[in-house]
Amino acid sequence: MYKIVKKENLSTNIFSMDVLAPLVAQSAQPGQFVIVIADEKGERVPLTICDYDKEKGTVTIVAQSIGCSTKKMAQFNEGEYFHDFVGPLGQPSEYVNEDINELKKKKVLFVAGGVGTAPVYPQARWFHENGIDVDVIIGAKTKDLIILEDKMRKVAGNLYIATDDGSYGFKGMIPSLIEDLVVNQGKKYDLIVCIGPMIMMKFVCIMTKKLGIKTIVSMNPIMVDGTGMCGACRVTVGDETKFACVDGPEFDGHLVDFDEALRRQAQYKNEEAEKNEKHVCTCHKGGAN
Amino acid sequence: MNRFERVPISEQSPEVRSHNFEEVCLGYTEEEAVAEAKRCLKCKNPQCVTKCPVSINIPEFIHEIAEGNFAEAAKVLAKYTALPAVCGRVCPQEVQCESKCVLGNKGDAVAIGKLERFAADWGRDHDVEVAEAKESNGHKVAVIGSGPAGITCAGDLAKEGYDVTIYEALHKPGGVLVYGIPEFRLPKETVVKHEIKNLKKLGVKIKTNVIVGRTVTIDDLFDKGKYDAVFVGSGAGLPKFMGIPGENYNGVFSANEFLTRNNLMKAYEDEYDTPIKVGSRVAVVGGGNVAMDAARTAKRLGAEVWIVYRRSEEELPARVEEVHHAKEEGINFELLTNPTEIIGDEKGWVKGIKCVRMELGEPDKSGRRRPMPVKGSEFEFDVDTIIMALGTSPNPLIPSTTEGLDVDKKKCLIADEQGQTSKEGVFAGGDAVTGAATVILAMGAGKEAAAAIDKYING
Repeated sequence: MYKIVKKENLSTNIFSMDVLAPLVAQSAQPGQFVIVIADEKGERVPLTICDYDKEKGTVTIVAQSIGCSTKKMAQFNEGEYFHDFVGPLGQPSEYVNEDINELKKKKVLFVAGGVGTAPVYPQARWFHENGIDVDVIIGAKTKDLIILEDKMRKVAGNLYIATDDGSYGFKGMIPSLIEDLVVNQGKKYDLIVCIGPMIMMKFVCIMTKKLGIKTIVSMNPIMVDGTGMCGACRVTVGDETKFACVDGPEFDGHLVDFDEALRRQAQYKNEEAEKNEKHVCTCHKGGAN
Repeated sequence: MNRFERVPISEQSPEVRSHNFEEVCLGYTEEEAVAEAKRCLKCKNPQCVTKCPVSINIPEFIHEIAEGNFAEAAKVLAKYTALPAVCGRVCPQEVQCESKCVLGNKGDAVAIGKLERFAADWGRDHDVEVAEAKESNGHKVAVIGSGPAGITCAGDLAKEGYDVTIYEALHKPGGVLVYGIPEFRLPKETVVKHEIKNLKKLGVKIKTNVIVGRTVTIDDLFDKGKYDAVFVGSGAGLPKFMGIPGENYNGVFSANEFLTRNNLMKAYEDEYDTPIKVGSRVAVVGGGNVAMDAARTAKRLGAEVWIVYRRSEEELPARVEEVHHAKEEGINFELLTNPTEIIGDEKGWVKGIKCVRMELGEPDKSGRRRPMPVKGSEFEFDVDTIIMALGTSPNPLIPSTTEGLDVDKKKCLIADEQGQTSKEGVFAGGDAVTGAATVILAMGAGKEAAAAIDKYING
């Protein structure tokens, strides 16, 4: 059992939790993920690691309660326990092993969509701590869904905000903002790291391919075990089939077949809806009893 | 009674069982077990034992059953195996112990597997205390993986007084016994859980949710954990795909995914959150036990099912009993047939499978006749789900994060017959070394390694 030592609501339906898991915290690196099982009957839910504190032994996860399992997780409070918490899984971000001096020569832009802002924050902070200021874009549908703005401002070089409805910052989609920065404002980037909903990453990659900027994306497909066993997370990268859990989750976004990935992500939609109907209280802690 | 005829065993009828996940075989009653045990000729030089990977004294436990000493029979088994109730159910006895039974020359071999199951179940139901650990010797051993190899190795070492901790990557112990083999062949709550409980009674600690290679490394276990030796029994968990066009369409699953959702995550029960997808027409590609398990699971979830296998019935790697059960349950067999392409609809979902008929040519390296495509025999049939059951290979995570631990071309760990790997203090066995094989072979390897670890530490 894994204790939730801190819970914070970042917006109406986005929550952050620090979970006590010392072994995971000890080994965690940027770019990796964990799997959380809320209670005995819960699913194995993969979530990107948003932060970790090796001294306190905690790992921070952030999720948006949309599906059944994230809604169930949202009902857990400080002091309560998740049934299982396993990780860190996947490969760490490539830059972790790069030479800092080489990295300093690069101009990096982080692009965060919605709840994807949470895993971007520690990465931006990692660069900041290593003496590199990166630019960051936070995008969301509307102002209420912009999270971690203040924290991000402290570690980012330039911080740009975009909302689809124009309620805050740049009005429009993230790819248009990237185009505006590069084409109209003359910004130059050597590398873009993009984390967010799959559909957002797809359109960012279409834009950055046009602009000729290398883009790393963090894939979040369906998974069961997260250790390479099930193959549910198959993603086509270039000509190859990769398992996002062990080969990723980060890939060269210009090589990812996003249309296939989007389609595969919806694979269990009907079954999930059916499960929801059959046991109406599935989203509650402790299952249907 | 005719000595050459096996006492029949009762099973759920195919019509009933193909709609539930309860165990197919119901086991012998006490009277039936005694009658079957009395058929044993008590050979002076019992050949059955020579074919048992863990060398169980088969005539001895059968003799105890014949005498009605069921508790004694369970104790005899426990001396040799940590998993008698499992092996009695899933071992391929027909090619091991039972294949050497003298009675088999003229009639039916003694039902050694079914008797093993009977004795183990009886022991469990009557709380027979079967094993005791020696006093602690102060040495620590880490076991990676809680499948058949790890359980056996851990159990044997604990009995010798070692302080053993098992590290398991998943959230439940048991390995393939819980994620792979379905409930209808191996009940989890009664059988598997009990065997794990026995292990804990011996003092073995089990830490779930620890992925060695990610959460901790083997070097951490030696340096920080102060273990004297490590046994790697991490199995062969990576699924294979065919590499044919269309394999990433929605509706194509590995058998591992399909079975894990159903067995480990209990997707078939409404109150569990994990969903499972089974269409109305399912093709399962492959002919091993895993293919049969996937096919019969899909059938129980309401689908019509076809096994697609490239060789003939004779070469099916699955146990005869499983093939027989699958047929009884109405699984269709498309033998000498190989998929060449998966056809998808405009939305990217599977709608059919293109196959070619095969014929058998000269024997290949495996000794089996090589299947060759028959020209012009391509055909299609409509399915909405395809399950790939083509075998599995070991996970490269542990060797890739452990310096000095060598693997062969197939990514299998290199270990000698005693389980010694290329790294000092690290032993390995089971599917992680051999590639996908059987429960009992993994147990045999776990046993050998336990003896070798004992020798390594205590000299």
